[in-house]
Amino acid sequence: MSQHEPQREPWSAERTRAIVSDHKGLEGPLMPILHATMHAFGHVPEAAVPVIAEALNLSRAEVHGVVTFYHDFRRKVPGKHVLKLCRAEACQSMGCEKLVKRAEDRLGVACGHTSADGRVTLEPIYCLGLCATAPSAMLDGKIIGRLTEKKLDALLKEAGA
Amino acid sequence: MTAIRVFVPRDAAAVACGADDVAAAVLAAAKKHKVEIQLVRNGSRGMLWLEPLIEIEDADGKRYGFGPAEPDDADALIKALAAKTSAKDIKHKLAVGLVEDIPFFKKQTRLTFARCGLTDPVSLADYKAHGGYKGLEKAAAIKPIEIVDIVQKSGLRGRGGAGFPTGIKWKTVHDTPMGQQKYIVCNADEGDSGTFADRMIMEGDPFVLVEGMTIAGLAVGATKGYIYLRSEYPHAEIALNEAIQAAKKAGYLGANVAGSKRAFDLEVRMGAGAYVCGEETSLLESLEGKRGLVRAKPPLPAHKGLFGQPTVINNVLSLAAVPYILSEGPQSYADYGMGRSRGTMPIQLAGNLKHGGLFEVAFGITLGELVDVIGEGTHSGRPVKAVQVGGPLGAYFPRKLFDTPFDYEAFTAKDGLIGHGGVVVFDDTAEMAKMARFAFDFCAIESCGKCTPCRIGAVRGRETVEKILNGENVEANLAIMEDLCNTMKFGSLCALGGFTPYPVMSALTHFPQDFGRPAKKFAEAAE
Repeated sequence: MSQHEPQREPWSAERTRAIVSDHKGLEGPLMPILHATMHAFGHVPEAAVPVIAEALNLSRAEVHGVVTFYHDFRRKVPGKHVLKLCRAEACQSMGCEKLVKRAEDRLGVACGHTSADGRVTLEPIYCLGLCATAPSAMLDGKIIGRLTEKKLDALLKEAGA
Repeated sequence: MTAIRVFVPRDAAAVACGADDVAAAVLAAAKKHKVEIQLVRNGSRGMLWLEPLIEIEDADGKRYGFGPAEPDDADALIKALAAKTSAKDIKHKLAVGLVEDIPFFKKQTRLTFARCGLTDPVSLADYKAHGGYKGLEKAAAIKPIEIVDIVQKSGLRGRGGAGFPTGIKWKTVHDTPMGQQKYIVCNADEGDSGTFADRMIMEGDPFVLVEGMTIAGLAVGATKGYIYLRSEYPHAEIALNEAIQAAKKAGYLGANVAGSKRAFDLEVRMGAGAYVCGEETSLLESLEGKRGLVRAKPPLPAHKGLFGQPTVINNVLSLAAVPYILSEGPQSYADYGMGRSRGTMPIQLAGNLKHGGLFEVAFGITLGELVDVIGEGTHSGRPVKAVQVGGPLGAYFPRKLFDTPFDYEAFTAKDGLIGHGGVVVFDDTAEMAKMARFAFDFCAIESCGKCTPCRIGAVRGRETVEKILNGENVEANLAIMEDLCNTMKFGSLCALGGFTPYPVMSALTHFPQDFGRPAKKFAEAAE
């Protein structure tokens, strides 16, 4: 949601309840609440689920079901930086798979995982809508078009990998 | 002396290529050379190979372009302005001349995108100075059913992909009893690879969407609207919220819309990275705060939509076409196009293409003209092998089908679809069996899981293509793949499972050799 890296406060039930009460007046408040939770803690902790469920008078299963349905809602703290590489068709036509392979080799993990030192989480993304300036990437919310090996290496360096 | 206007887009594609740094460099250079400039962060003109495109306005109002610019280029341009050189006469290696004379731009018919790139996207004054809110003012002065009639007469069809007549949707919601809560929902979950028209209009002219939704609200008696925006579009979120705030302040949203004594309010809601939420019923579930599971139809959203209430759900481009239709009249829109595809389509040229971008044109232009003439062939310089039209669920077209005109029915007749108007070009290095595998893979990742053909079929499809790629029992596995596609096409609840067979089967039909099946054998099989 934001241009910046999530703030990553330590989780607290009190803060979660405050988030819920900020959004409770909305129609269909659960998605905005989960986004705000992500924004605050960098993920949706398991412990937040019963707190949100109780405040909205939903079952834990219902909230769990929503959290797990959407790719954006993480259940674990990600690496310090999150690098997303687009792997959809337009980026494929411009050779994104080679860049994914390069990033995987540099980080020593498969796409979808976090490097062993916890610095970078490498994830696929399916379309940033920058399809005429492909391949595309996103580092901590910052978007990058016309990605090349050189630019990718610079991004990895920026992320401390 | 009045300030010289300099434009550097705020469009995400321009920003991704460094527009923010270019804008900062322009400001720094202006300070250094003591030139009074007004920097406008406009939308993109849609010529994305030129981004970031710096435009400088001359005293006669004509705008000259320089792109693709890097921050280092700003100094020389501003220095020339300091020496009183007009933009027209600036000699620079990136000069592209009069922006509106560039053939890619000149060949277009910009109705929906008329203002995109021209104006300051979040300036209400600029919007109104360029014809904005004329449509709403007209709508506020006539009866709801008259608004619906105008939209019906324009022949506008849903630009999201299905091509359902927008006016009929509106009529259905209009005819539900008044006095109950009704909703306008804008589907801005533009997840198809190769499409970015929604993003561009939301970032480059957000008021046109706000106005279109407000007109829809007046037409059907809805008082509340939601824009369901994908989370991959943070720049669009910012622009939309700025526009909504400005519209509220000016009385174009709120309790008394444009003096009509009718209420309409608007809110942006963010998706969370689920492709299937671009399907309208899944989107409604998501807005309600649930898993994005597809609903069975009927009931239609027009009868029981958001929170069970009558709901108009339209794509961004459908709603953004409405202000023009209201202000200029339905006939002036319907005069463009061919057959039952009326008006213009903002086509998105993407992928491996020399000149990619947004090209709005009347229906009827051929695929070949788009790829070879407008797009000028591949970026890599290699021959075009295949073109995927209509996103991840659209068919791959070989060169021999390049005479197909851009029209809903013509594409259907060739076992394809125009979808949301995305055109992704691949050169001859593309391996079509792998593209078929990707189509299944994508469907498996994004399936909501509600219906079996999609949930299981996609996984089995991926495994089967894997076997074909490994050369295991190719003919037997191709038969399984075709059978699976048949089941998915006719048995799935929504287009995700139902249309995944399009890219798969078109890849096999047109490029059988990529699947280890001789081309000749295919020709016999087709007879």
